[in-house]
Amino acid sequence: MIEDEREIVEWVNDFFNDDKDQNLIGALQALQSKFGYLPKIGRKSIAARLNMSPANVHAVATFYNQFRFVPPGKYPIKVCLGTACVVSQGKLILDHWKRRLGIDVGEVTENKEYSLDRVDCVGCCTLAPVTIIGEETFAKMAVTRVDGILLQHQIQREQEARKIAAEKTEEDKSQSEQ
Amino acid sequence: MSFQPNMDAAGAAYKTLRDESQKRYDLIAGDEASTVMVGAATCGIAAGAGAVTEAFKNELSALGVEANVFEVGCMGHCYAEPMAVVKRPGYPPFVYHLLDPGKVRRLVRKFFSEEDPYFDIFLGALGDGEDFPTMSMAPRYGHELRRLLKRCGVHDPRDIGQAIALGAYEGFFKSLELGAENVIDQIKSSGLRGLGGAGFLTWRKWTACKEQQADEKYIICNADEGDPGAFMDRTILESDTHAVIAGMMIGGLAVGAEKGRVYVRSEYPLAVERLHKAIDDARAANLLGENILGSGFAFDIRVVMGAGAFVCGEETALLASIEGRRGTPRTKPPFPAESGLWGKPTVINNVKTFANVSAILDEGPEKFAAIGTEASKGTAVFALAGKILNTGLVEVPMGTTLRDVVFDIGGGVPSGKEFKAVQIGGPSGGCVPASLLDTPVDFDALAEAGSMMGSGGMVILDEDNCMVETTRFFLEFLQRESCGKCTFCRIGTKHMLDLLEKIVEGKGEMADIDNLKRLAEDLKAGSLCNLGKTAANPVLTTLRFFRHEYEAHILEQKCPAGECQALTAFYILPDKCARGCDACVGSCPTEAIWTHEKRRTKIVEQDKCVNCGSCLTACPPEYDAIVKISPLRDVPPSEPRPNKEKSLDPD
Repeated sequence: MIEDEREIVEWVNDFFNDDKDQNLIGALQALQSKFGYLPKIGRKSIAARLNMSPANVHAVATFYNQFRFVPPGKYPIKVCLGTACVVSQGKLILDHWKRRLGIDVGEVTENKEYSLDRVDCVGCCTLAPVTIIGEETFAKMAVTRVDGILLQHQIQREQEARKIAAEKTEEDKSQSEQ
Repeated sequence: MSFQPNMDAAGAAYKTLRDESQKRYDLIAGDEASTVMVGAATCGIAAGAGAVTEAFKNELSALGVEANVFEVGCMGHCYAEPMAVVKRPGYPPFVYHLLDPGKVRRLVRKFFSEEDPYFDIFLGALGDGEDFPTMSMAPRYGHELRRLLKRCGVHDPRDIGQAIALGAYEGFFKSLELGAENVIDQIKSSGLRGLGGAGFLTWRKWTACKEQQADEKYIICNADEGDPGAFMDRTILESDTHAVIAGMMIGGLAVGAEKGRVYVRSEYPLAVERLHKAIDDARAANLLGENILGSGFAFDIRVVMGAGAFVCGEETALLASIEGRRGTPRTKPPFPAESGLWGKPTVINNVKTFANVSAILDEGPEKFAAIGTEASKGTAVFALAGKILNTGLVEVPMGTTLRDVVFDIGGGVPSGKEFKAVQIGGPSGGCVPASLLDTPVDFDALAEAGSMMGSGGMVILDEDNCMVETTRFFLEFLQRESCGKCTFCRIGTKHMLDLLEKIVEGKGEMADIDNLKRLAEDLKAGSLCNLGKTAANPVLTTLRFFRHEYEAHILEQKCPAGECQALTAFYILPDKCARGCDACVGSCPTEAIWTHEKRRTKIVEQDKCVNCGSCLTACPPEYDAIVKISPLRDVPPSEPRPNKEKSLDPD
């Protein structure tokens, strides 16, 4: 067993030691909010703790939209496609995210930066169309704003890379001086 | 033998609690205090309420003004967010809208040091008065009647003291005095019908549960607002959390239940957070738990998060989900009132129903029964969204016409477009066309128009929305959300979706319309729960009122609204194009627009165009050179894009 898996199993055990309710859906929700998705080993240990078959856990987990089975990207993008967002051209926003990121719904980009999902309604219908990135809600989206957000992220990344490079040269300098 | 509360103890305890809360409330929001209340429900926060609150705090303290700044719930004017109420002694409370930190700085400077109320960003004054324009002078207030929403947006829902001072628990205390038997009588004489969609009489459910003999009973608040395009329950949970809790306590008292569950969508993180906080605070104030207020009555609530399944709004599916299983409905009877959660008698009501219960017990059933129509009493809360000017939450007496809601309250369709239909009741509801706008909103009149009250989501569609495409969207949703238990729902929705996809791509046949109708009937007959039974509603109502759109798609391969991507193209009129202007070229996300080398006009390369419409928005109105054309055969031929065009790129 590799280290990550051990951590997950230990977490599941701790969870059930604290939680008296022993509810499958509650346990899956807690697992997902801790690790960002439902790792297979986690589902298996939950099944063992609740005395049910892993297939039973899988049946429940796949029934609900909330659960995901692959880790999300650094920026998890959720495009709302509720009625209000759809009539305000939300579908075009989703298409544009797909086009720009080069991935389909439910996938993660190769560099693990972005994952793309659709949600059925986040209740921000008055601000339609809406995209949610992480915890932040982007209201009144437009295809051009998709490009703007991506550009902003790229600039951030470049700034960070420059900062790291600058620190490294600084370090190298001080080392060579010594 | 029904339960007899110890009223001496409870009366004294409640009086102390109420008086203390009132004293504290007067201190921070009374007539003598300067108060700033920033609307911070989900939509307010998304619009930037957090920065606005910070700016108010910083600016007021920089000026040395003593004022209480706190965040409140949603006032219903979501189109005007972020907004704030500013109250100073000597002035009525003023409402300001579309704020940002810069405006806040100017507002605070002007109002607090120059005594100028800064009318540039002023929406209106609250209350009546003749010195300033009041909110109540706007046409929407002629129709609106805020009963359920009366505390929303005027108190901090995270502060139990403010909620108590404004009477959130008044209804519960009165029902303790009345006793369990009389509570149901009061609900009965009010005529309250459940506001989750079906409109079942609340007192019947409660009586059925009360009559059951069991060691345990449950009260469940259904906050699984799965309808896309609806946000009434979210707003009430976020803005008046304690009224819902009090409503559940009244239910517990009436039917003899000691346990409550709120089943809330995980997509509403703020509502979940505020519920947890409110329940903890209520426990600390001895309003939940054992021996509430010393009366001997015990009741406690747990929050259960839904995991995202539309079908879990159905009560038996909801029970399965709380029990940790797949959310599939089961046959009724037995009804949940007889055998519900863990096999115990259970009452399941919607968020708005519980909030109504609180209000009815507080104000008395006569007041409630006096509002509305013969068979639908009280008020209806609607969420207005889509192509409408004043998006937000409205509360009107039952029986108000749709026209009043859409045009007087909602302000009609923006940008001079034409109103086409209003979609009511989510995927199970239907579209009401302009010709039926004088339909009153109540349970029966809406059902007659082929729609349903539903939970109260209203999405307005304009001339740019294709009814066939909108129907396809609903069927796609229902097909995905069908739990799969009943064959007709599982496979029927898929077949209907396939037919609709064919039609929006211009590949439909007239026989498809008949097949859609046949499938619609089979679905109704062959499904267990309302998801399947009503899944055909979007198809049936659009076929009834917008059959010509279906026929245009099938016979002419034409989308009259110009929304269906496969049947529509964007075209730039060469004689209108300004040549020197590059607005459309810059706006195109796929670089589909190119400039003709000699004539300098812009041309859309149809193969690259994704029909997003950015160019249509970007083209300056004085040129107005871009048009949507459907069917595709009407698009004039364009010159092919020369290859060297690409090498002209500055790089």
